[in-house]
Amino acid sequence: MIELKQIVKKYGSKRALQDVTVSIPRGKVIGLVGENGSGKSTLLKMMAGLLTPNSGSTTFDGQPITRRIASRVAYMSDTDDFYTYFTVQQLIDFYESQFEDFDMVKAKEIVQFLNVSLTSRIKSLSKGNRGRVKIAVTLAREADYYLLDEPFSGLDPMVRDDIAKGLIRFTDPERQSVIMSTHEIREVEPLLDEIIVMRGGRLIAHEAVDEIRDFYGIDATSWMVSLFKERQVERELGK
Amino acid sequence: MSIDFLPDKPIYQQLIDRILGDIMRGTLKAGEKLPSVREYAVEVGVNANTMQRVYKELEQMEITETRRGQGSFVTENQEKIMALRNEMKEQLVTTFLQSVAAFGFTTDEIVKCLQERGGEND
Repeated sequence: MIELKQIVKKYGSKRALQDVTVSIPRGKVIGLVGENGSGKSTLLKMMAGLLTPNSGSTTFDGQPITRRIASRVAYMSDTDDFYTYFTVQQLIDFYESQFEDFDMVKAKEIVQFLNVSLTSRIKSLSKGNRGRVKIAVTLAREADYYLLDEPFSGLDPMVRDDIAKGLIRFTDPERQSVIMSTHEIREVEPLLDEIIVMRGGRLIAHEAVDEIRDFYGIDATSWMVSLFKERQVERELGK
Repeated sequence: MSIDFLPDKPIYQQLIDRILGDIMRGTLKAGEKLPSVREYAVEVGVNANTMQRVYKELEQMEITETRRGQGSFVTENQEKIMALRNEMKEQLVTTFLQSVAAFGFTTDEIVKCLQERGGEND
């Protein structure tokens, strides 16, 4: 279980996270949604041990989260930061040398599932194929948690579909969790167990997707829109 | 991502309805093996936990059965499938008749209309 308690994170004088408390058990697929600058990426980096909070505590199975958590969680950044002169095979070999939980057999299987050639150089790949390679090397790790920053962003529908199917096929919801930030809520909703909504550095809602539909009779997208409107009205009334 | 879900009903319920529909229409036959939870989840593009719940509820309805180490199968019990068909039929008719009444049509008027339509389709 990853637990964050009363996290505050500042970049200079700007507060990126304000009093965020959340627990993520194993075995869940969770969507992290909110506008740009709402704190999604910061929250993911915090869970990955890449950032330390100004105050509050972050723990993994009760132990404080440090950079060494990288051996248990697979973090995928929203930037393209591979050595572009590598071939796909060389990138896989590099990942294997860096992570103990990297599974070479699984890596080959995912790359094949996603139809990417092992001999292509990263720099010669299309944006879509770079997206496929990125998710392939991330999922090839047998991590407890996969933290994915915008895995679908800027990719065409074919690639998004492939990545979604790769996620379902190559993660085990009985013992692993996936937390992904996204703007494509409507599309991603069928993949999710829960949704966390961020706004202005605060966590404003955390709900099970089935319950949103059961209880409110609307899908996650409409629910989020109504949630934002509600906040707006509260603000205007000066609450 | 692969099938479109309605916005006002939980996804697992829509998947249960879809599989029940396949069984009632005979697309899935009595005794036929269902895909594994993971395979089916990938096919329709939903979370495997959701699909697990679908399979569990179908089993509780006794429409499918799980055989150890072999997977899930549609029941071979034709009575169960017939009972399901009848139940769905009753439900459909009840909802339909509620709308009929709400719009102020008489049952006779509707029956006549259905018979004409039925004649066209046969």
